[in-house]
Amino acid sequence: MTFLVPLPVVMPLIGAALTLMMAGKPRAQRTVSLTVLTGTLLVSIALLVLSTMDGPLVVAVGGWVAPLGIVLVADQLAALMLVVSSAVTVCVLVYSIGQGMADGNEETPLSIYHPTYLILTAGVTNAFLAGDLFNLYVGFEILLVASYVLLTLGGTENRIRAGTTYVVVSLVSSLIFLTAIGLVYAATGTLNLAQLVGRLDALPDSLRLMLQGMLLLAFGIKAAVFPLSAWLPDSYPTAPAPVTAVFAGLLTKIGVYAIIRTETLLFPGGRAANLLMVAALLTMVIGILGAVAQSDIKRLLSFTLISHIGYLLFGVGLSTRLGLASAIFYVVHHITIQTTLFLTAGLIERRGGSTGLERLGGLARLSPLLAGLFFVPALNLAGIPPFSGFIGKIGLLQAGADDGGPLAWSLVAGGVLTSLLTLYAIARVWNLAFWRGPNPALPEASRALLPRLMVAPTLALVVLGVGLTVVAGPLFDISDQAAGYLLERSGYVHAVFPEGP
Amino acid sequence: MTPNLLYVIVVGVLFATGVSLLLERSLTRIVMGVILLGNGANLLILLGGKAGGAPIVGATPDAEMSDPLPQIMILTAIVITLGMTAFLLALAYRSWALTGHDEVQDDVEDRRIMRLAEQDEGPGTDDTEAGAPR
Repeated sequence: MTFLVPLPVVMPLIGAALTLMMAGKPRAQRTVSLTVLTGTLLVSIALLVLSTMDGPLVVAVGGWVAPLGIVLVADQLAALMLVVSSAVTVCVLVYSIGQGMADGNEETPLSIYHPTYLILTAGVTNAFLAGDLFNLYVGFEILLVASYVLLTLGGTENRIRAGTTYVVVSLVSSLIFLTAIGLVYAATGTLNLAQLVGRLDALPDSLRLMLQGMLLLAFGIKAAVFPLSAWLPDSYPTAPAPVTAVFAGLLTKIGVYAIIRTETLLFPGGRAANLLMVAALLTMVIGILGAVAQSDIKRLLSFTLISHIGYLLFGVGLSTRLGLASAIFYVVHHITIQTTLFLTAGLIERRGGSTGLERLGGLARLSPLLAGLFFVPALNLAGIPPFSGFIGKIGLLQAGADDGGPLAWSLVAGGVLTSLLTLYAIARVWNLAFWRGPNPALPEASRALLPRLMVAPTLALVVLGVGLTVVAGPLFDISDQAAGYLLERSGYVHAVFPEGP
Repeated sequence: MTPNLLYVIVVGVLFATGVSLLLERSLTRIVMGVILLGNGANLLILLGGKAGGAPIVGATPDAEMSDPLPQIMILTAIVITLGMTAFLLALAYRSWALTGHDEVQDDVEDRRIMRLAEQDEGPGTDDTEAGAPR
């Protein structure tokens, strides 16, 4: 069944080529991208089932065997991330189609939207499946280039201003990554992750630490880890709502995925554990303090996005099985919830005419459905039981308490504090935008009805988020297996090199 | 290739000038910085491989072949850097067309919040009389 592995990368790329040729035929473009992304979702689910049953699936691209050729590896972690990310991309695509139709620009659409979106998906899946560092770099570049285009769509002044910061920061992180790749290759003579396992262990300690630091720096910028996170809240909110949603859901998580992959596989033993834990604490607390200060829903959500990256790092930093498993569980939860909230913010903007808290009011009476669409994922984000956010956080806190060190305990305290402050920030949005009466000092909010095609995917994601609670047991089992497998390392090496490297 | 001192110095100079250009406020200079940094990184990758004859079976004995992998990687990286440079130039041109300059600006919203914080007027609290947009 290994022929399935490259499909999540290949199908969106072919779809992108097709939609590019269909420029000016929006209906055909929509059909192709929907078909392709649904197909990707199905293949990802199949990959998750297969990798859970019989271990990782490995494909040598073009028949060139490792270590010379490029390998794609679909282990449980990669497959799990693929399933969540493709589910999210399908929902966001439907939402953006709904938005495009409702805005009435069906006659003059941006013909590059669909191809770029599909290329973004291909980059994301390629990064998840990459079996060597250079392919990971290429995956990153594909998704980043697509994200530059999506962020500056239309080229308005605000988007150009914010896009410039984003592009330059991402370029710097890519160059650091590229330099690190050059150094790793010079030191070991290979870039294949499985082959690096043995060769990196043989290097002198100081050299290993330097390589680890450079990779962490490059991925830290992409994952928006404090203090490398300043670019995020300025750039994301200026993009159109579906674009912001897919960025928030996926792009930073790929940085986290790369950190998990390299820290467990290439640099085990937790030498960077203290660094990661301090970074996690600062990311959580400072991120959420930023969110509390904001008066615009989209910016507030961007800051909660940064803040909750801290939880993921917390689990990675502990590098225990429970910590990693909780972090993986939390990634799944966070991708779903953060995307949902940004989509809801887009709906709020549509109904209330703005996302500024000072301008909104009375939305709960105006649209109870919208209130529900915000309320449920918001509580989920804050980690109110019984939602999946609570389960993930409890796992992390338990892992922190098991560790027992002073740093781990301060992280536990920071995690609880962040959770409470998230609740406070969310409650402020709820009070100001939904609960209080309509703001009389302001012009009448737009009474535009919400298009069904925009509500339906948001509702689907809300349901998916709640559903994570229902399937929390099996999902946590999968995360736990994936974590154990990551910590073991030999399984990965054996899958790529059945006869030994 | 044995690390040739000249190459090492060139890589260092490219990185140093690239970083210092990257710290400028004008986007055009940042583009120059990115180009220099990209070339520095490419040269660095080249330093990692073994030097020798063309890596073609029959043309060169196995032991004297150069390592082709860094060259493939550099080729990919060059293509990516080229695309990025073109995109950045387009951004700089668009920014110039819209605003008349290509300076990279600060986060406007952050400035506003900082001003409010200095005047001790945080963003609207739970009361219902949060005023008109400031």
